[in-house]
Amino acid sequence: MSGHVFHPGHEDLHGITVVLDGVSGRTYVGRYHERTDAGLLLHDVGVHDPTGGLTREEYLKRTNKFGIRADHKLLVVPHDEVACLVRLNEVFG
Amino acid sequence: MPYSEMMVKPMREEMVAMGAQELRTVEQVDAELGDQRGTTLVFVNSVCGCAAGNARPALRHALKHTAKPDRVVTVFAGQDLPATARARQYFADYQPSSPSIALFKDGEVVSFLHRHQIEGRGPEAVAAELVKAFDQFCTAPEASRAAS
Repeated sequence: MSGHVFHPGHEDLHGITVVLDGVSGRTYVGRYHERTDAGLLLHDVGVHDPTGGLTREEYLKRTNKFGIRADHKLLVVPHDEVACLVRLNEVFG
Repeated sequence: MPYSEMMVKPMREEMVAMGAQELRTVEQVDAELGDQRGTTLVFVNSVCGCAAGNARPALRHALKHTAKPDRVVTVFAGQDLPATARARQYFADYQPSSPSIALFKDGEVVSFLHRHQIEGRGPEAVAAELVKAFDQFCTAPEASRAAS
């Protein structure tokens, strides 16, 4: 069963944990599902609010070490909120 | 909702074939993780092909290394729900993801690979991460014998 994919035909990022920087200044970390008309659908999403205690970098570092503390089981991030989208494991190499 | 057992059977068998002990009940989890000595690797299995499809062969490859954990156990996320939830209590500082791989030494988590550190990487790259942790925290069998 190695390498067997249960969900073929999806976008390359499907199932991949991504970091989405929002125009609002918020940062979203979650598992990319798909692009919808309403926005990008993510699963198990943690949201960093820059007005909170941690900087974005501290938040991402903690998330990389301890995993995603999910604030939302599912979240659609509107297209006009999306400033930048990268894989989480690209951030840390 | 769990997948049919017929569908996940090969994924269970792949783990057992590499020497992992399946923990399918809370009692089995407590028996193995409750009072640990030495090194134990816990593999949280998953049906997800994107990540688990690479994680299982990565672990199989890493277990051929000289230094390796004393014990390898596995729970199946999304399938054996109470056992997986119980296992996660032993590494509660880490958020749940599957697949994921925890390495314990004398009951303490010393290394943890999350799903996001597995997905999109080939088995060789993931195996290299595991081997690095084995070299740091596990003892080669020859070294064990020499010390005793």
